[in-house]
Amino acid sequence: MLAKRIIPCLDIKDGRTVKGVNFVNLRDAGDPVELGALYSEQGADELVFLDITATHEKRKTLAALAKDIAAHLSIPFTIGGGIRSMQDVEVLLNAGADKISVNSAAVRTPQLIEDLAKGFGSQFVVVAVDARQVGGEWLVHLNGGRLKTDIRLLDWVKEAENRGAGEILFTSMDHDGTKNGFANEITAAVSDTVSIPVIASGGAGEMSHFHEVFTKGKADAGLAASIFHFREISISELKHYLQGKGVTMRL
Amino acid sequence: MKVTIIDYNAGNVQSVLFALQRLGVEAALSSDPETIRSADKVIFPGVGEANTTMGYLRERGLDEVIRGLEQPVLGICLGMQLLCAHSEENDTECLGIIPQQVVRFKPKEGEKIPHMGWNSIYNLDPALFSPELEKEYVYFVHSYFVESGPYTIATTDYVQPFSAALRKGNFMATQFHPEKSGAAGAAILQQFLNL
Repeated sequence: MLAKRIIPCLDIKDGRTVKGVNFVNLRDAGDPVELGALYSEQGADELVFLDITATHEKRKTLAALAKDIAAHLSIPFTIGGGIRSMQDVEVLLNAGADKISVNSAAVRTPQLIEDLAKGFGSQFVVVAVDARQVGGEWLVHLNGGRLKTDIRLLDWVKEAENRGAGEILFTSMDHDGTKNGFANEITAAVSDTVSIPVIASGGAGEMSHFHEVFTKGKADAGLAASIFHFREISISELKHYLQGKGVTMRL
Repeated sequence: MKVTIIDYNAGNVQSVLFALQRLGVEAALSSDPETIRSADKVIFPGVGEANTTMGYLRERGLDEVIRGLEQPVLGICLGMQLLCAHSEENDTECLGIIPQQVVRFKPKEGEKIPHMGWNSIYNLDPALFSPELEKEYVYFVHSYFVESGPYTIATTDYVQPFSAALRKGNFMATQFHPEKSGAAGAAILQQFLNL
């Protein structure tokens, strides 16, 4: 049986992990490779690294980071954050990244998804989508959620799939940071709309939330950041809990 | 020991190099026939599309080189599929070393394609797998597969039971990515290196 995946997400700036990571036993909590390795030991199924660096040096630091991660970790990882072009992606692929995620650039230039899928294979292309409810309608947002569009979430994920996306990473902005649980209903709708795997993100606060997103939410993978960084939930404990609830897990 | 990874623009070559490095082996990346033929072990990795890749191999005469190899060869993912006779992916004639067909998953309602993530392998043949790995999880990403048959040396269930690994003589192959499969994957690569 294919296992459901637990995916910690690390925010990276200038090659370092940012935003409250609270691991006392790490020599250096800011080192994304070291933190990634720790998560991997604890049973993380995959890792997502989101680069929030704003400088033009970004491409170089990101490639160096991808190479460093690939050299040290033997589980798959995705790199995303500000990827705009085939050139951005090729450097990351050659550095050893397993997947890249595109978000705003794919909405602005949907052809990019096709080019990436053709050039590197669909399995390499994760389309990340941030959405929130506006007047009862789930609408896609850009630039880390700051910019509203009129594009309906379900229309966009279908188009992304048709253009060659291999996976959807869906974040509900309404749930992100609340710790009140994932957006199960709309995640299930996303999952039913496409026939590619869906990673659910935003809202994880306790172990039962993952159970809900894998059952009610029909997600293939659950992604979270702060609950893992602050050790509110240990990955190993979470996976044993889910296995006990009948969710297939790699233990 | 000389390990050569066949270089043909396959996406995940870097990951395979790193995985071998973690096992203490510095592999050479090469598309030079002599370097490939003279290696003790050959790894034929792969991420990409079957037809384009076969075209690339033929243009460089690498199809003949691979067919003629007598040392242990390990095909990975697309590399495994290309060792077979034919792939449904763009109706591609493959290398024909393992007489098997590569076909596309026909998912039932609610089953996603690609088959992506960690799945368990069973009915393991000791040629490539130590017994402790029975039911262990390894990492898959693929939309095409080989049905279980006489050359199957590991099985996985997704949509239906299928070949997680194949072997014919000195040619071994995994549909999953041992280089991305944590400790289990490292053990499989180590066993291949020990052959």
